[in-house]
Amino acid sequence: MTLVPTASSTVGPYLHIGLTPLQVHDIAKDASKGEKIVISGRVFDGEGQPVPDALIEFWQANADGKYATPEDSQDKPLDGKFTGFGRIPTDKEGRYSFSTVKPGAVPGPGNTLQAPHILVCVFMRGMLRHLYTRIYFSDETAANANDPVLGLVEDAGRKPTLIGERAAGKAEYRWDIRMQGEGETVFFDC
Amino acid sequence: MSDVIGYKRPAAGTQPNYLHAPYQSSIKRAPNKPLIRMPQTLTELTGPVYGHDRVGPLDNDLTKQHAGEPLGERMILSGRLLDENGRPIPHSLVEIWQANACGRYPHPGDQHDAPLDPNFTGYGRTVTDAEGRYRFVTIKPGAYPWRNHHNAWRPQHIHFSLFGPSFMTRLVTQMYFPGDPLLPFDPIFNCVTDQRARDSMVSKFDFETTIPEFALGYHWDIVLRGRDATPMENKK
Repeated sequence: MTLVPTASSTVGPYLHIGLTPLQVHDIAKDASKGEKIVISGRVFDGEGQPVPDALIEFWQANADGKYATPEDSQDKPLDGKFTGFGRIPTDKEGRYSFSTVKPGAVPGPGNTLQAPHILVCVFMRGMLRHLYTRIYFSDETAANANDPVLGLVEDAGRKPTLIGERAAGKAEYRWDIRMQGEGETVFFDC
Repeated sequence: MSDVIGYKRPAAGTQPNYLHAPYQSSIKRAPNKPLIRMPQTLTELTGPVYGHDRVGPLDNDLTKQHAGEPLGERMILSGRLLDENGRPIPHSLVEIWQANACGRYPHPGDQHDAPLDPNFTGYGRTVTDAEGRYRFVTIKPGAYPWRNHHNAWRPQHIHFSLFGPSFMTRLVTQMYFPGDPLLPFDPIFNCVTDQRARDSMVSKFDFETTIPEFALGYHWDIVLRGRDATPMENKK
């Protein structure tokens, strides 16, 4: 039996009612291993205006590169109650922020190793299907250079849209989402 | 990784495009550049086990969240969460939100001049059972105007948020009601060009779950992306 997958639709302007009661900002609190980091930034529309009605979901491996789900069969340790999942709405200025631990490397296609990264799902009013993108880390230059997914971005000028910029002397990264125009974020069809 | 089976990509027309000009808000919020096609890696093929510990026993009854009964037409909404191969998806978080019976959301952005209902917030959640079934008790939402175009009215609808087994099966969608005269005029409903896919967003009236002297029943099954037949490594 083959069924037609249900069509996606927009979260609409009132997404806060349904999707924010279970929001998760502090992913790091249940982690015992790894470097605690903060990632923050803003979301902008095609006119450069902040998007106040967006929701971003994050999914990542723990510090050892293991996902907290039975779907990950790697022989690596789980980390306590660390779920690897975050759900954060933007505020009136289009800002989001969350704390987590820096993820470890996980396998890629074939025998490749992926650079540390976080998978991002973007939802907002005006968006009929959520978009997937990724956050890599500016202090992982060597690993990023060999990453099989970053390697698919042929226009080198667009790669920085996928890289969180580490603040000097702080465990903090800045990563913005731009829907259109100069610096338009790379989104993936996966 | 060779034993990892990826998820099917949706058939043409069964999912909306990001840019759908009749839905005006999509014009400045759809990417201009084409998406970069990538293989599904362990990252995409896994996803959170999420929400189970945060669902209370009454969270699937939107009529029991306040001191009094909400106004409007009471309804029982149930169905199953399935994958494309017809297999049930058990133990998965289902979240819903909706307007009240008058077509008003308790949200600062909603300026529609219709009454708020102090006994209705319009938010519920549950987890599917071992057979992928879910069930909510709620109030039939009202239609409301939304200024997208002249005389624009949203059909009655309920928003759904689903996870499934991985981040590739993540879905946010809307459920509509059979026979709603506003459906042919709604650009959000009509952004889906494949008629089968569009019609699958419409629930069915369900006499089996209708409760005498209490509430009408509606049935709606939700289908998430299914796994491909072959491991992704073999497709290259």
